[in-house]
Amino acid sequence: MSGAGLNPLYNFAFFDEGSKREIRRATLKALAIPGYQVPFASREMPIARGWGTGGLQLTLSLVGRSDVLKVIDQGADESVNAVSIKKLVCDTTGIAVTDLTGEATLIQSRHRIPEQPLTEDQILVLQVPIPEPLRTVEPKEAVTKRLHAEAEYSGAYLLLFEEIQRYGTLAGGSDHPVTVAGRYVMAPSPIPRFDNPKLHFSRAPVLLGAGREKKIYAVPPFTPVVSLAFEDYPFRVESFEGKQCRFCGAREVYLDEIPGEDGAVFQCNDTGYCRSRQAGGQA
Amino acid sequence: MNGNLLRVEGLTRTFGTGCRHCVDGRPARTNHCPRCGTVYALDDVSFEVRPHEVLGIVGESGSGKSTLMKCLYFDQEPTAGSLFLQAHDGGNSDAWAASDQARRRLRHTVLGMVYQNPVDGLKMNLSAMANIAEKLIAAGERRVKTMEDRALELLDAVSIPSARRHESPSRFSGGMQQRVQIAKALSSRPPLLLLDEVTTGLDLSVQAKVLDLIRNLKRQLGIGMVLVSHDLAVIRMLADRTLVLLAGRVVEEGLTDQILEDPQDAYTQELVHSLL
Repeated sequence: MSGAGLNPLYNFAFFDEGSKREIRRATLKALAIPGYQVPFASREMPIARGWGTGGLQLTLSLVGRSDVLKVIDQGADESVNAVSIKKLVCDTTGIAVTDLTGEATLIQSRHRIPEQPLTEDQILVLQVPIPEPLRTVEPKEAVTKRLHAEAEYSGAYLLLFEEIQRYGTLAGGSDHPVTVAGRYVMAPSPIPRFDNPKLHFSRAPVLLGAGREKKIYAVPPFTPVVSLAFEDYPFRVESFEGKQCRFCGAREVYLDEIPGEDGAVFQCNDTGYCRSRQAGGQA
Repeated sequence: MNGNLLRVEGLTRTFGTGCRHCVDGRPARTNHCPRCGTVYALDDVSFEVRPHEVLGIVGESGSGKSTLMKCLYFDQEPTAGSLFLQAHDGGNSDAWAASDQARRRLRHTVLGMVYQNPVDGLKMNLSAMANIAEKLIAAGERRVKTMEDRALELLDAVSIPSARRHESPSRFSGGMQQRVQIAKALSSRPPLLLLDEVTTGLDLSVQAKVLDLIRNLKRQLGIGMVLVSHDLAVIRMLADRTLVLLAGRVVEEGLTDQILEDPQDAYTQELVHSLL
């Protein structure tokens, strides 16, 4: 569909060049200070705030004519949100989209990192609702900024302690805080704990955008990313031991549990990954 | 330092810039300049706390008691003055001039604070356990078991049933909230406890419980305390020495019995007689 659907009413990639440049500048700064939240002039977008405007602005500032885009929402390529975002980018750039992780050069995602390992030729953009990992313990932005400056992260540990008190284990479903490059504590966006290790020494740069909160931050390639934990409560990812996808038979991937009449069944959360495995005859 | 736990020198806290009429002297018995409106919440206050000693601070509303406590706990920055803490550089350098990090560390390791209003001292969106553990985490503890054991021990010490440890303090009664605050303040075993009107707003039987608890802490742990109250009965019961504040200035200081039985200053006499 390259070139075909290009809407002549808009500049390439929706934004004017000045906007793109401002977002890129913030992105470069974010890459230079791993895990640090860089404020940026979040634009008014044709989708509602909270629906991925931060990620979309990053995507639009990065996209070039030869890029191939993949957009996923909670692992699915065809959710309404993902489809709308793809439509907007295609309408204003005319680039191709794909469901295959391996074919994409630019991947925008909400709540997941694809199962297939990313390479240095790809960029992962994550949508972030609340970029501040200390927000629950400290409502004031001026104070959290200071806490980051002083590397005073006991608040993040306090929240994990509370989690252990409440559930008996480090069981927070998503957005488990991480230390990036040994310095800043960062909210990895609401990805499951299962995806946290994928950030560690990721070959692809990971860019995180929060449109409503007007923040961009990043994990540059090959950067150590360590999940916060206590000495006697080590970090563990969700376990799917003994379970496998009902369609493609995959193990050791993040599975969705679907309650049924004969008990729960499991299937891949990453639908693109699942489909490519089925097409490859591995079912 | 002469073995003092804490020494305050020339603590002044003003709100406003001051004018030529009030900088050199303002009317007695008011802390606010009628010409420029500057408020002298604290004016050249000096005192010390010795090990195992409970220092009482009395004064009417607006005399600067709470501002004094907030300065001691690094919640507010004083306009002038120095704070020497035994635990900070052996009492040889001014803790108020220390870096933010150093002050935060002192707050969590050397001091325990019980606020008049539990909302100031507790996080109501977290459980009682997490509230007590907060100081330990801030002091660098990273073993959950250690913190749980300490928190349970403290809940027991302040007579809060351990079955309620996972509840938010917002579901506790006022007296219980105050006791959770005390448990939290004690968690990192600080040598000095700051108590700001801990019994105000509690009914008499609950007041008695909280006071009993504090008296036991004094007897068993022997930790130093600064106890602010407008209630002379509380001061009489707990304080070894007492400081009388009026309009931000110290008007009298001495052994509690002396102050209450034989007050020298005119204001102290008024205060003692109005209440006895």
